Amino acid sequence: MLIKTFGKFTKYSVLRKLILREIDDLIIGSLGIVAFISFFVGGVVAIQTAINSDNPLLPKYLVGFATRQSIILEFAPSFISVIMAGKVGSFITSSIGTMRVTEQIDALEVMGVNTYNYLIFPKIVAMTLYPFIIVISMFLGIFGGYFACITGGFSAHADFIEGLQLEFNPFHVTYAFIKTFLFAMLLATIPSYHGYYMKGGALGVGKASTTSFVWTSVAIIIMNSFVTNLLLT
Amino acid sequence: MIEIKNLRKTFGDTEVLKGISTSFEQGKTNLIIGQSGSGKTVLLKCILGLHQLSSGEIIYNNTPFSSMKPEEKTLLRQDMGMVFQGSALFDSMTVEENVMFPMQMFTKASMEEMRERANIVIDRVNLVNANTKLPSEISGGMQKRVAIARAIVMNPNYLFCDEPNSGLDPKTAILIDNLIQEITQEYQITTLVNTHDMNSVMEIGEKIIFLKDGDKAWEGTNKEVFKTDNKAVTDFVYSSALFKKVRKVYLEEDNKS
Repeated sequence: MLIKTFGKFTKYSVLRKLILREIDDLIIGSLGIVAFISFFVGGVVAIQTAINSDNPLLPKYLVGFATRQSIILEFAPSFISVIMAGKVGSFITSSIGTMRVTEQIDALEVMGVNTYNYLIFPKIVAMTLYPFIIVISMFLGIFGGYFACITGGFSAHADFIEGLQLEFNPFHVTYAFIKTFLFAMLLATIPSYHGYYMKGGALGVGKASTTSFVWTSVAIIIMNSFVTNLLLT
Repeated sequence: MIEIKNLRKTFGDTEVLKGISTSFEQGKTNLIIGQSGSGKTVLLKCILGLHQLSSGEIIYNNTPFSSMKPEEKTLLRQDMGMVFQGSALFDSMTVEENVMFPMQMFTKASMEEMRERANIVIDRVNLVNANTKLPSEISGGMQKRVAIARAIVMNPNYLFCDEPNSGLDPKTAILIDNLIQEITQEYQITTLVNTHDMNSVMEIGEKIIFLKDGDKAWEGTNKEVFKTDNKAVTDFVYSSALFKKVRKVYLEEDNKS
């Protein structure tokens, strides 16, 4: 499938419009839910850390430090990607699957269009912008943690900021973006595969979307484990 | 003209097409008829190249499909128009965008030229005030007309229609049939229509291929279908009392003349 996706290219003017539409559907359309989840989960992570670390021997900056590490290393790249497997993955599978059911893919093939390139390539290109979503998620997650701690009285401003800045390792951000990029490729290709090769009618589209979500999530978790072992140990 | 020679297609252990040989003539409406499951759609998809053949050959204007280079196959595809059973219109595009789509993909024409050509074929299929509507906003009959307009916008030499009037009321079905026949004669294209609508058989069947269990059981014209004593054909075509009467009247008038 991937070889055919990068085979005979669709006319540039058409491809450009398709890519812009996919960016709108897959990236811009996901910003709202990502911002909402990131802000509140970031807040909950900070509150949980504060509540469960009330031992006076533990430093006060721990809440900010733990929030930063959780958000940058795992929550933003991995947790958001699993959510995106449901949001973006289902959208990709069901949109391609519906085109299959309604013979729109056959119509494209009859015209001589490389359907792999026409349908899948723009999604792959659009998903290369996925790391921008994760940047926003990281920022809002940490800000949510800060906001929850300050407004709830769980941590002082100075302590939280000290924790955020403590022993900051820039490679952790690099690591987060490496895996984010790999997850983006999984998010674009696995759902496309399940949509393109789905069988059956409307029920088949539903089943394909579910299967796609399950396999994309599994692939993300396995990839996460592999990349973490490779880069951080 | 399209010739097919000893065309076979199997899915696993099931042989769906059992060595069909025939030809489809240019400027005529060629009908493929048969019961559901007789292999009509598979035959059409094999001719279109959507299914790989198990064996046999398809020849387009004296050139075997199997001997064509990939670029030639792509060019051939651009010379084909297809009207799918469910219309297969792109639901995110308006009527005009759907019709312009093949030109956007394969020509270097300007937007104005494409729009002008699209409007010519939209007028040709008698669609009025529908250019800016989405497929979901128009009726089934109108969707079929848009599909026909999209199929002929590139001036193809081959037009394929899979059950073009299924799900349509009788009046609209006749309009679609007549439109297909007019376009076939006007543009002198090779048209294949896959149908089990007996009205189509009687009205536009200039050449009819009858499939039974994946095999060609009969071929002839809409005039000959009245006179044939092939039991498989008569059982299928004259299964309703109405068509039995139509046949009886036709034969009586034919005897008188």
